[in-house]
Amino acid sequence: MEPAEIVQHSGGVVGASWLMIVLPLLGSVILLLAGRRSDRWGHLLGVGMSLASFVVAVLVFLDLLGLGDDQRRRLVELYDFIPGPAFDVKMGLLLDPLSISFALLITGVGSLIHIYSIGYMAHDPDRRRFFAYLNLFIAAMLLLVLADNYLGLYVGWEGVGLASYLLIGFWQHKPTAAAAAKKAFIVNRVGDMGLALGVFVIFTTFGTVAYGPVFAAAPQASQGTLTLIGLALLLGACGKSAQLPLQSWLLDAMEGPTPVSALIHAATMVTAGVYLVVRSGAIFEGAPTAQLVVTIVGVATLLAGAIIGTAKDDIKKALAGSTMSQIGYMMLAAGLGPVGYAFAIAHLIAHGFFKASMFLGAGSVMHAMNDEVDMRKYGGLASVMKITWITFGLGYLAIIGFPLLSGYWTKDGIIETAMEHNAILGWLAVVGAGITGFYMSRVFFMTFHGTRRWDKDAHPHESPAVMTWPLIILSIGSVFGGAFLIVGNRFMQFLAPAVGLPEELPTFHPFSVPGLTTLALVAAGVVFAWMRYGRAAVPEVAPRGSFVTVFARRDLYGDALNEALFMRPGQWLTRLAVFFDNRGVDGVVNGLAALVGGTSGRLRRVQTGFVRSYALSIFFGAALLVGAWFVVGNL
Amino acid sequence: MPWLSILMGVPVLGALAVAAVPRGNAKLAKQLTLGVSLVVLVLTLLMAFQFEAGGPRDQFSEVYQWIPAFGVHYAVAVDGIALVLIALAVVLVPIVVLASWHDAERADAKRSVKTYFALILVLEAMMIGVFAATDVFLFYVFFEAMLIPMYFMIGSYGGAQRSYAAVKFLLYSLFGGLLMLVAVIALYASAGKGTFLQPELIGAITDPNTQKWLFLGFFIAFAVKAPLWPFHTWLPDAAAQAPAGAAVLLVGVLDKVGTYGMLRFCLELFPDAAKFFTPMVITLSVIGIVYGAIVAIGQTDMKRLIAYTSISHFGFITMGVFALTADAGAGATLYMVNHGFSTGALFLLAGFLIHRRGSQYIADYGGVQKVAPVLAGTFLVAGLSSLSLPGLSTFVSEFLVLVGTFERYAVPAIIALSGMVLAAVYVLWMYQRMMGGPTAESVRGFPDLNLREKFVVAPLIALLIGFGFFPKPLLDVINPAVQETLTSVQAPQFTPAIPAAADQKGAGE
Repeated sequence: MEPAEIVQHSGGVVGASWLMIVLPLLGSVILLLAGRRSDRWGHLLGVGMSLASFVVAVLVFLDLLGLGDDQRRRLVELYDFIPGPAFDVKMGLLLDPLSISFALLITGVGSLIHIYSIGYMAHDPDRRRFFAYLNLFIAAMLLLVLADNYLGLYVGWEGVGLASYLLIGFWQHKPTAAAAAKKAFIVNRVGDMGLALGVFVIFTTFGTVAYGPVFAAAPQASQGTLTLIGLALLLGACGKSAQLPLQSWLLDAMEGPTPVSALIHAATMVTAGVYLVVRSGAIFEGAPTAQLVVTIVGVATLLAGAIIGTAKDDIKKALAGSTMSQIGYMMLAAGLGPVGYAFAIAHLIAHGFFKASMFLGAGSVMHAMNDEVDMRKYGGLASVMKITWITFGLGYLAIIGFPLLSGYWTKDGIIETAMEHNAILGWLAVVGAGITGFYMSRVFFMTFHGTRRWDKDAHPHESPAVMTWPLIILSIGSVFGGAFLIVGNRFMQFLAPAVGLPEELPTFHPFSVPGLTTLALVAAGVVFAWMRYGRAAVPEVAPRGSFVTVFARRDLYGDALNEALFMRPGQWLTRLAVFFDNRGVDGVVNGLAALVGGTSGRLRRVQTGFVRSYALSIFFGAALLVGAWFVVGNL
Repeated sequence: MPWLSILMGVPVLGALAVAAVPRGNAKLAKQLTLGVSLVVLVLTLLMAFQFEAGGPRDQFSEVYQWIPAFGVHYAVAVDGIALVLIALAVVLVPIVVLASWHDAERADAKRSVKTYFALILVLEAMMIGVFAATDVFLFYVFFEAMLIPMYFMIGSYGGAQRSYAAVKFLLYSLFGGLLMLVAVIALYASAGKGTFLQPELIGAITDPNTQKWLFLGFFIAFAVKAPLWPFHTWLPDAAAQAPAGAAVLLVGVLDKVGTYGMLRFCLELFPDAAKFFTPMVITLSVIGIVYGAIVAIGQTDMKRLIAYTSISHFGFITMGVFALTADAGAGATLYMVNHGFSTGALFLLAGFLIHRRGSQYIADYGGVQKVAPVLAGTFLVAGLSSLSLPGLSTFVSEFLVLVGTFERYAVPAIIALSGMVLAAVYVLWMYQRMMGGPTAESVRGFPDLNLREKFVVAPLIALLIGFGFFPKPLLDVINPAVQETLTSVQAPQFTPAIPAAADQKGAGE
């Protein structure tokens, strides 16, 4: 089935869907303008705006459900955004199953994280500003997914980049945080160049950037053009979603407060690249080469992220490696066409729940352990923080694909689809699942089990209810979300009006060879991790490790590579350019000036006898003119 | 109503009044200047509301004989392009006046406080005149005369090396001006129409070689003014030594005369030559974009850094002008306006920082965010406008320039895209070094923005954000004028590869 036609819409709940974006934006503006005056109630306003946006999203969702399948793509026109002469962009919102799924995830998980942050940031003097930025993020992210055109997406895309920059660098006084924020923005800008280029090619090819007409005309475009667009968009997606080769910023981004890592750098923003690829399905489906590259990037990143995850002792960085890896799965699926889209987005939603649950759980642990992030100083926390242990544990079981929990359904769907498409991709994804079983178990056992390796002044305790309730809700999603979406292809049917439906619906084979192999590998990973980090004593200082461990610990030398390829030559080039500008260009022109003005003594005279000299130069000009006159006249 | 003459007359009279204020009463001189500049702003807005977008091209036209023997006229009028640039100038002047409240009081200033403010008003009249002039000779007179107040503002009230910077500024500008004078007179003679009126000179020069020579005469003058790489080296010195307010007017408005001149004179009077030289100009622009940004990254002095970012931005503007597509032209014009707000905010905030710390070196700051969050926050917004973040008006213009250039010259547009990344590096690295990290000892006790300073910054930020989400009022005025310019150049219209898609914009209706 092809995607449904886009229908103009006005009035009603759907017509007011812009409130979803405007409310949190308003919250952010109020909090930033009011400044310290809003310190007392700022966090409440922030939570309120996010919840209000969630309520609107739910209402819109229910409205869409009430419409027939072929009516579920509604276009709400807003205003003339950029009325350029040819580049004329009208801003509108596209409400369809794809965008509303994201909106629900963003505002739902976003609101839970807002609530959690009340407790987590309670002692920060700038908590109000934190909520202002969180609200800004929600607004920008919603614009990204709801816009009905590529330019609107681009605005949201860079908007979430700004929010991410502000929140990673929230503690600007920490030099590491300030540097990480800058790095994230700059690496993302490299990706944004790709996105911008994609928009340029789309516009010059189709004469518009609105999704409807672009997708309708896409089949008429040449394969070369579509491939170019696809690859350009993919570069953008790699930046935002921390896929190879633009992955290096995500691990540093963990400098931000933990709720930020949960919301932006796990559940929502980093999945924007997957959204972009799925949304642009009509383009990628006409460009098999671009699709192939998408799947390769996905598989490479899912393995790279998993390997990085195995070697990190910093709990947030281990989770960040895992985020890279899981988005790799989504990217892989997004490159596989309509069957893959549904699994990509289902895994994205499931991941939103279980990863947010684990990140917030990590935050809860840090809260209890004086902001310690080194898992070698954790251990045996299960008994003192029961709720965090259980909620984190459910998230952990979901991500490794424990049968019947969320990740089991969605990841299995991706692996099976990949297997049908290309056996190599499929088996690599299976291997990735096995590594996931190992490194996530390592995180779980090092933190909650084994011996207590706490610092002397650590007095762990369970977090307050305002933090634990969001954990509980998220972990419920981690348990049941996958089954709800996947069983009976429910989500695939729901998404069909937006992304189309494959001719043959996939059937679930729980006892297929890949399925059983995956389970066996995961089980092996868990057992191996238990032997090393659960039963055996964990050394408090990391052992030196083999070269493989070091390779993984250093993020596969991604930073070293960037430094050698870009940073050093860049610094060298900058110095050279500054030197050249001061001596070279300026020197030549100064020489010319001296030639015209004579000695420096005369220069001084120009300065003192300014008006006279000015008159003189006009006279000089007139003389030159007469000379030129003869030349031109004789031509 | 002779709107444009009134707009010029009010600041001239104001300047005389300010000059007549008794020497001891500097405060009155300042208040008077602010009052006059606000009156000019209100008058301009009144005029702008009567401007018919899509009406006749030149509006509020006034033509009087000046030197009948040579066909020189006092002729002024505005089209959409001139209108938005005049608006830029008159918006910036009161802001600059308010920001410069204490700038002319430095102990080593060579002239009195009131002179500084009188010069600002004189300059305002000339800025209006230069954009309004429709007589080529009158334009030349304003073009050159503008140097005089600016020369004194830099040379008498600037930093330690002000004399060097002021003379360098003057010499460069005079060099360009001379070439232009030659070209102006040669244009008069070879057109043989006995007039300097620009509309009558369009299409008058048909000989290709004459066009090329005259084009170069005008173009080099404008390229020095703008400044385009490699004529740019006077700008960092002038901008770094000028008082912050003067730097804003210099980079924000005066330099735009160069890019405006390219659009209005080089393209319209010498269309064939313009097309002939397009590859060269686009090449220089792209070099300027990348080169200016790279050199900006390496600066240690924040005012020089801002000056180099402007060189990069002027590269975008000239690239947009010479891409000869409607999108790029409209984008370039909008860029001229937005760059004025953006750089204005950056220079003025840099001025506030320098006023507090007494140094313009980036290394002398650190951790300002902690002690003066509003100052740091507004500085960040100004910086983000310099890197053209969506949601700020600079994004709209940069994107239009890039997409418009891409329509005809894909490769230069793609190279220019790297400016996006470089801009992020120079802005955010500067922010990190000055505002991030632990609070430096020398920065402790920094007061945050006071009320006057907030009034300076707030309008600029409001304009950047307002036009960032709603650029329609500006584009509606600019588009028809750019279209007319391109029509006189006979530039081909852009057509998409698959035009079918454009017709079904509201697909699914």
